[in-house]
Amino acid sequence: MNLTRRDFMSIMGIAGSTGFLSPAAVASSWGSGKDPYEVPEYGNVTLLHITDTHAQLLPVWWREPGTNIGTRPQKEWGITPHLVGNAKLAYYDIQAGTPEGYALSCMDFDTLAHKYGKIGGYAHIATLVKRYREQVGKKAILLDGGDAWQGSATSLWTKAEDMVGAQNLLKEDYFVGHWEFTYGADRVEYLLKHKLQAKFLSQNVFTIPWDEPVFDPYAIHEVSGRKVAIIGQSFPFTPIANPAYFTPKWSFGIHPGHMQKMVDECREKHHADLVVVLSHNGADVDKKMASQVNGIDIILGGHTHEIMGPKPVMVNKTLIINTSTNGKFLARFDLDVGKGKLNGWRFHYLPIISNMIPADPEMVDYIHKVRAPYAEKLAEPLAVTESLLYRRDNFNGTFDQIICDALREEMDCEAAFSPGFRWGYCKLPGETITMEDVMGQTAITYPQVTVTEYTGAELKNVMEQVADNLFNPDPYYIQGGDMIRVGNIQYTMDPSESIDKRITDLRVGGKLVQASKRYKVAGWGAMNPVEGTPVWDIFAKWLRSKKTVSAEPRDLPVLTKNMQGNPGIAFPKEYDL
Amino acid sequence: MSNMMKRREFINKSALGMVVVAGSSYLIPGIANAANVPGWPAAPFDAKVLDKAMEASIKTTSVTTSPKVHLTAPTIAENGAAVPVTVDVDYPMDPDDYIDTIYLYIDHNPTPLASEFHFTPANGRAYFQERVKMAKTDHMRVVAKTNKGVLMASAPREVKVTIGGCGG
Repeated sequence: MNLTRRDFMSIMGIAGSTGFLSPAAVASSWGSGKDPYEVPEYGNVTLLHITDTHAQLLPVWWREPGTNIGTRPQKEWGITPHLVGNAKLAYYDIQAGTPEGYALSCMDFDTLAHKYGKIGGYAHIATLVKRYREQVGKKAILLDGGDAWQGSATSLWTKAEDMVGAQNLLKEDYFVGHWEFTYGADRVEYLLKHKLQAKFLSQNVFTIPWDEPVFDPYAIHEVSGRKVAIIGQSFPFTPIANPAYFTPKWSFGIHPGHMQKMVDECREKHHADLVVVLSHNGADVDKKMASQVNGIDIILGGHTHEIMGPKPVMVNKTLIINTSTNGKFLARFDLDVGKGKLNGWRFHYLPIISNMIPADPEMVDYIHKVRAPYAEKLAEPLAVTESLLYRRDNFNGTFDQIICDALREEMDCEAAFSPGFRWGYCKLPGETITMEDVMGQTAITYPQVTVTEYTGAELKNVMEQVADNLFNPDPYYIQGGDMIRVGNIQYTMDPSESIDKRITDLRVGGKLVQASKRYKVAGWGAMNPVEGTPVWDIFAKWLRSKKTVSAEPRDLPVLTKNMQGNPGIAFPKEYDL
Repeated sequence: MSNMMKRREFINKSALGMVVVAGSSYLIPGIANAANVPGWPAAPFDAKVLDKAMEASIKTTSVTTSPKVHLTAPTIAENGAAVPVTVDVDYPMDPDDYIDTIYLYIDHNPTPLASEFHFTPANGRAYFQERVKMAKTDHMRVVAKTNKGVLMASAPREVKVTIGGCGG
């Protein structure tokens, strides 16, 4: 295999042959002067995949997590995607400091961000998508893995219509959902029926109590004389991770048995030559599902916002990827689909580095138009940050730290909780935080701030429950968020323990928590309907009053010594390791 | 009536099967008085701990698991008050050898025996779906009994009842 420089972040393979996932197969250089986005044509079907853009129409800063600890027994740690920093670069054989290194790793983020610029942006995605469609014609299928409708002010204020417009301009073919459902079942059904041109698929959403399918489970897409089955999988834990009252009559779940039935139906009844699952399971759940369900050729994954490229993972003859978030990557599979089987494939994991891709004028105009009514409000400067602000990390991201600081001060509480969401883009040191940035961390349909008096026992239980959602060794018990963010709460964490045993030495304000004592805790994102001021108003008010903010000191846990050397931890000193 | 269950028998057996959703607060009055139904197995349904409930219902606390007994339930409950459970036993329902009874236990519910369903060869298949109430994260397990008294269990299944709220 002889890869040239322009084949960056690309890999090819012949289905069934061995050795095609060797690190040497991944080209790791760039900067040869050739166009890095030039992809040679191959095969008779091209899949283009984006996912979890979280409604970021414009390019943003996005830093990969510094902490992404795997949940398996310690000897198995270091399995993708639970690799960070230099361990991630080494696994994919990527050089630090290159554009790919910038895209894949958290190391030297601030410096590399200044060098290479922001990532994503629908106008830049559109340019690449149009280019590849022109190249391969009708062989292309564009699939959106969900979480496109939530994460920005304009998506919240237009109830996702701004994003549906952008999806239609991209001419997306298929779509699945997660945060989409937090607009409520009626709104979802209206947009899917009357506005969105892409077809929404889900094999795992059923009515309560009669278990009838809510959406079409799959579609058969004929291309180049071959039948490509696309099976949809929406986020299995939607009514658990998000308020169930938005979709009271719909039940979700993973349903591997029903998935097998759908795969068999596609193969036997429709004579599908290729079976693709467009999934919002999350990377670990996708891997387990692939081990249980036979006959899936490719899973295009999202939800957990993982870098799971440039090499696909193979489980039980199924190729699995995860395509990051915030428009950071476009994944492209070029496939040689034979009669009833996949003969060969090429995979390209393309970082959308916005400075290196011209903006598509049609999408630029559209974005300008939908933002215009809100532009003034969005631009309001609130405070300057001294720290690099980010959210994505297993424990308190710096953006969450200042949200917790704001909640404690504004609500006069000794402690604060903030949800372990994985969306929410970055701000570089010295940048001004605007109202748009505040919304970029908080734009949800259940934003009310609440003050709760927890007993010490309840406080610990909340944290143990969330920790188990993150570190349970069985992926089917993992919802996909990160650890609950805390303000003025200190603790020691052993991720390898079981529920109720992971957290020790729990303290509020430095004092050991007493089981029966009551603690006043501010929080947001309640699971039940509650009254309260939206978190963005409280956060913005606090920022205005501060003018300059810093995320120090941080309420990071101490990690137990068995975490030493874990390839999912880039900065062990942060955790006293 | 070789192929059909008598209507009275059906009602009787249905009542047995439907009786208890774990815990007692959701019992509807007519069924709460099911103890008045002739043959109502009060002792196993009243037992407060798993061992006692198993002793009272199947006369043992140890049953070998069998891959034939399929218990399907969500890994994480969407609503602990109504957890959907599906039970399916791969077993021929021959006139002289069939699944006679299926017991569902939830280990730490206030009364661990959640349901007891009776079958005849006329059912064709030992299969049912129901919804059960669970107060907290727990294991559930199923025991199937043939008409000859042979017992086989499903693998225990953990269903998490959690606070949620931190996904994605």
